[in-house]
Amino acid sequence: MSALLQLENVTRVYRGGGPFSQGAEIVALDDVSLSVARGSCFGVVGESGSGKTTLTRIALGLEAPTRGRVTFDGVDVAGLRGAARKRLRRRVQIVFQDPYASLDPRMSVHDIVAEGMVIHRDSLGLDARARTARVVELLGLVGLGAQHLNRYPHEFSGGQRQRICIARALAVEPELLILDEPTSALDVSVQAQVLALFEELKARLDLTYVFISHDLGVVRYVCDRVAVIHRGRIVEENEATRLFAAPQSAHARELIAAMPDPDPDRSPFRRAVL
Amino acid sequence: MALVEIDELHLTMTSYDGAAHVLAGVSLSLERGEIWGLVGETGCGKSLTGLTLSRLVASPPARYLSGAVRFDGRDLLAADEETMRDLRGRRIGMIFQDPTTNLNPAFRVGTQMIDVALHAGRVDPSILGLAAGASRGARRRAARDLAVSMLDRVGIVDAARRIDDYPHQFSGGMRQRVLIAMALIGRPDLIIADEPTTALDVSVQAQILALLHRLAAEDGLAILLITHNLGVVAQIASHVAVMYAGAVVEAGDVRAVLKSPRHPYTQALIAALPRADVKRGALAGLPGVVPDLLTPPPGCRFLPRCPIGAADCARAAPGLAPVDTGQRVACFRAERAA
Repeated sequence: MSALLQLENVTRVYRGGGPFSQGAEIVALDDVSLSVARGSCFGVVGESGSGKTTLTRIALGLEAPTRGRVTFDGVDVAGLRGAARKRLRRRVQIVFQDPYASLDPRMSVHDIVAEGMVIHRDSLGLDARARTARVVELLGLVGLGAQHLNRYPHEFSGGQRQRICIARALAVEPELLILDEPTSALDVSVQAQVLALFEELKARLDLTYVFISHDLGVVRYVCDRVAVIHRGRIVEENEATRLFAAPQSAHARELIAAMPDPDPDRSPFRRAVL
Repeated sequence: MALVEIDELHLTMTSYDGAAHVLAGVSLSLERGEIWGLVGETGCGKSLTGLTLSRLVASPPARYLSGAVRFDGRDLLAADEETMRDLRGRRIGMIFQDPTTNLNPAFRVGTQMIDVALHAGRVDPSILGLAAGASRGARRRAARDLAVSMLDRVGIVDAARRIDDYPHQFSGGMRQRVLIAMALIGRPDLIIADEPTTALDVSVQAQILALLHRLAAEDGLAILLITHNLGVVAQIASHVAVMYAGAVVEAGDVRAVLKSPRHPYTQALIAALPRADVKRGALAGLPGVVPDLLTPPPGCRFLPRCPIGAADCARAAPGLAPVDTGQRVACFRAERAA
């Protein structure tokens, strides 16, 4: 399988300190290389501050690496300017963690989902009428309907809001979807529904996912390959089944051991008590 | 007698659209040394149940319709505000989800802890180890010493120096430890921990859970652990109560409930977890949505989503009754204990 997104020796350094002082440099990503195969689901796990967010920002093209190369579909992202850059951005979309914070409360569902199509109307070529028809189609795709078109975000539950976010991301026909903790704010029963939706959409629309999460159970369930990131470095990368069965690095072992297992007999505390 | 007893508690919340029946007969009892996990989906009333124990639910809009909340034999619903103030932060400690918003960023951690210790000392001078009528300076020094010893107890290294730090100088996990230390100052009998690890990384979560587990064992604390994470419950809880739409639907020993759930809702929650043995595509979601509590379905509130429900389930709300595996289940169709 060919690589859709490829990071080669990517390093990203931020300058620390306040607006008037020059602090120490913060290395958010340190020599990161990874390759996301087309049609796969690539998981990135790590704790807060490990560099997950910087990685997504670089993958989205919102941020340039300090050193290293990012290629999307074989094209070096750094060299793109203007219209070419805009076209690239259309092909990579994101679904955020918190569906309560990532929808504008003053926009209707129609306007939220259609906004990307307006921005990318040059490449998508849809007029207002076609856009509305497409919004209805997208809402159907994520399990909502035309009756929701003129409603506002506050009228929806968390799971429904996340579906709106997914419809918005899909509106511009992306190839790569970055899912940044997409189910962390949801209840388990709703999480199961949303994960099923991701699977269905991936097959139907030939999508590639980068799935970012600290919930290892979810990552194990949805991902083909997983990279464990710790302090800006990838400490381990492997097929999901192998990584969870036999983690090689100390940090991955630690993370897997700390996963709260829903089986009371596997609790480390209960064993100590019994 | 149980330390905490909630008995058939009914509570409504008044809104512009009418009264929502948000707690519809919640029953729960905790003994000392027990850790009860209280689980359920968003909006099922688990946090509200925790808040009724310290009576922190503003009334109005809340209205207690019927039922009782007893703490150590005392009826909390009838207690006056002064009594409640003496209980809160003293015999009933609370820990919340977000350790960042629960500490005042403008004050040193020590200042905030000493306040709590001085308050606890006013109610019970023995907490500060002083006789009644000790001087102000003596009380302050004792309060500070107590705060340092509590920080030390929850695993803050170099507590005597760290007590003068500001909240932003602590990491998320350390801040949660500070809040736990604060809750311990009044030598509580009960700690209500509302999603105490949700904002933390898994490795930090494991440390905080270990701490709570140790405290329950060493001090005979009763802990009500409110969470939506069944994994967390499985790790440290001795008992679990599952709530759905304002009522406890299954309650009992944690192994009985999680290993052989009898209520269809508990079964659905467990089936929705992506466990190691679940193959991709096999994860079962729970169809439907939580009912609108302004117009709840008649009878069993789970009926509209229930895979085994029948027409007669709509006639009345099922009460908790014991089943063969020992826990109590509120379902007409669950197999009852002989």
